[in-house]
Amino acid sequence: MKIGVFVCHCGTNIEGTVDTAAVAAASREFPGVVFATDTMYACSEPGQDGIIEAIKEHKLDGVVVASCTPRMHEPTFRRTLERAGLNRYLFEMANIREHVSWIGKDREANTNKSADLVRMAAAKLLKNRPLFSKQFPVNKSVMVVGGGVAGIQAALDCANGGLKVVLVEKDTTIGGKMAKLDKTFPTVDCSSCVLGPLMVDVAQHPNINLHAYSEIEEVNGYVGNFEIKVKKKASYVDWDACTGCGLCVEKCPSRKATDFFNEKLATTKAINIPFPQAIPKKAKIDPDFCMKIQKDKCGVCAKVCPSEAIDFTQKDEFITENVGAVVAATGFDLFDWTVYGQYGGGKYPDVITSLQYERMLSASGPSEGHIKRPSDGKEPKNVVFIQCVGSRDKSVGRPYCSGFCCMYTAKQTILTKDHIPDSQSHVFYMDIRSPGKLYDEFTRRAMEEYGANYIRGRVSMIYPKGDNLVVRGADTLMGAQVEIDADLVVLAVGAEASVGATDLAKKLRISYDAYGFFMEGHPKLKPVETNTAGVYLAGACQGPKDIPASVAQGSAAASKVLGLFSQDMLASDPQVSVVDIKRCIGCGKCIQTCPFGAIKEIDFRGMKKADVIETICQGCGICTSTCPQGAVQLQHFTDNQILAEVNAICRF
Amino acid sequence: MPILEGKELRIVGFLCNWCSYGGADTAGVGRFKQPTDLRVIKVPCSGRIDPLFIVKTLLAGADGVLVSGCHPRDCHYTEGNFYARRRLEMLKRFLPIMGIDAKRFEYTWVSASEGQRWQEVVTKFTEQIHELGAAPKIVGAEAEETLKLMEAAL
Repeated sequence: MKIGVFVCHCGTNIEGTVDTAAVAAASREFPGVVFATDTMYACSEPGQDGIIEAIKEHKLDGVVVASCTPRMHEPTFRRTLERAGLNRYLFEMANIREHVSWIGKDREANTNKSADLVRMAAAKLLKNRPLFSKQFPVNKSVMVVGGGVAGIQAALDCANGGLKVVLVEKDTTIGGKMAKLDKTFPTVDCSSCVLGPLMVDVAQHPNINLHAYSEIEEVNGYVGNFEIKVKKKASYVDWDACTGCGLCVEKCPSRKATDFFNEKLATTKAINIPFPQAIPKKAKIDPDFCMKIQKDKCGVCAKVCPSEAIDFTQKDEFITENVGAVVAATGFDLFDWTVYGQYGGGKYPDVITSLQYERMLSASGPSEGHIKRPSDGKEPKNVVFIQCVGSRDKSVGRPYCSGFCCMYTAKQTILTKDHIPDSQSHVFYMDIRSPGKLYDEFTRRAMEEYGANYIRGRVSMIYPKGDNLVVRGADTLMGAQVEIDADLVVLAVGAEASVGATDLAKKLRISYDAYGFFMEGHPKLKPVETNTAGVYLAGACQGPKDIPASVAQGSAAASKVLGLFSQDMLASDPQVSVVDIKRCIGCGKCIQTCPFGAIKEIDFRGMKKADVIETICQGCGICTSTCPQGAVQLQHFTDNQILAEVNAICRF
Repeated sequence: MPILEGKELRIVGFLCNWCSYGGADTAGVGRFKQPTDLRVIKVPCSGRIDPLFIVKTLLAGADGVLVSGCHPRDCHYTEGNFYARRRLEMLKRFLPIMGIDAKRFEYTWVSASEGQRWQEVVTKFTEQIHELGAAPKIVGAEAEETLKLMEAAL
């Protein structure tokens, strides 16, 4: 094999701490290398053209590029090779940026290490063989997990693009967090008026199949052909029969059920429909509070239901959906602020979360849009807002900024003034973060037109005084301590990964960060892709996001799905295991260890042998390291290829 | 290239593509300074690592071998790192029987987001190997022959 080596400067990213010319010079001595050069930007058009020219001029049949991580540009350079007429697998990358130039400034050691990495890549390349993809058909339907605004947008865009969509929502209604909001910033328009029509579109779209009150149980398969088991949780109501008339809710005598939709501000009936605009508008029984289920008494709902939909014996049901792609849009949950002792840790009823306040402001909320203190139902005059509760705080393990709290707090001060004109809002903040169209103007308006009193500093404690609370904090601009009498305290609680997000990530085989937010394929260039083919992200499951950003990501994920399905056939990854039938002794160990059931037993002239089903093999190589005969070899990562790398640096 | 005399030792890392290789990339993106000894070999999954790779690497002259994969239960291939954990723990106990200091080999779990943790793992392991010093090498006129024999025996 005639190998060409291209050592990239990456501007000064690599050249700054690695002598790339020296690496190229050293490379010329490595076995198989006939050509080596350094290049300014290997990935740029002139850089790629240079590689193609060198392939033709020096009749190269293998290429090593020493540059960034293969997770970044391996696909780019593989396409370059194809343009020059070479097989895309006759290519290796040496990662001399993330693994060398960026992690140390010792130029001598870095240059030496870079040359080593090129040597390893070249040694492996000598053992590489051309590999060829096979075509396989795709199932052009998509599952969207999560029916918040991001999931709704993704589902509608996919459905409008002609795809069959399965939308799975864990609650009884879609709408997510946005459905709980009263108004949205910076336009102060009604949240449910913006979201409501979209929810109706979902319900009426012929291409969307909605599974509400359902969760993902198990995911099998791969891009183009996923097989997903969905658990439809028992609602104790036959939803095919239920018309959402609400008669059962009206007559139910059990009034103490937890009202999750209203953020536990009030209680609800044991059988309930979360809110009037719910989609689907179906009743569900909370078994913990239902007297029929708990004590076998009552059963009023079953008696009054005109469509006989109540079924106290209903069980969880499992269904299987076959789809070609998955969009995860599981959103976020609120930080549990009760860890903060200084805010009372939950013992003062008049310290509430921003989302509880939102329900209070909402005309469809438990107080029908009237702001009332939870303790005595009085209208508050002095409202104190505390920002960064569970954001930007290392001490509670939440060092990141939740992004939208500054904006919704400004909105809530404006709404407070609208609801109670003689009220005064006070906001304790760290910094005001309002990047976005019309955002900073909006916070200014809250201060200047609505007279919100912004105090830069943290709150050290909240203590009761009579019926009221006193909020003590620092005003760092004044350099003084301040105490404010508050009738109501609203905590701008930060966002964290939704409950169960990591479990879903494991099922979908995608990565998540230290806080449970899903990892995107690349922070800049692949914001909605994941490293698992066919799985995409939308909305706050990837990191805290406001509504416009979530909607944008929903559409972006949909465009990726539509792009994927624009082809009738997908190319399989040829990096799969292959059995050498001559060496196989038919012990079946590989069949036992394969996590995907991709190896089957075959009969070969009366002998037991193993055979890999190429379309199911995911290329992990567990079989290869299990086989006592070395008969199963993972293509592109064979024993010989890996040991060639070892020997390249340990023995030469 | 030969190792830099007196400065570096020969340390080889086997990293899974999905978690730890990404973690090492994340460490690079974060500019987390690390010792320069380690040379990384990318494998699709820690379950792909045959314990004999590690033995062969150590016999071939490496002073230390580090293996890193996805955290248990986070494997991209569902269960590859469970196989890895069993095999590698077994190997670690077996190395002294072959006359190799078990401290020359470690396995760990680093996710793609844990750049900082990767920096700590590399720094600590490199220090550990430097404390042990260079591994005894098979040298002399028949070294190549001996190595071939050993490899054949494995």
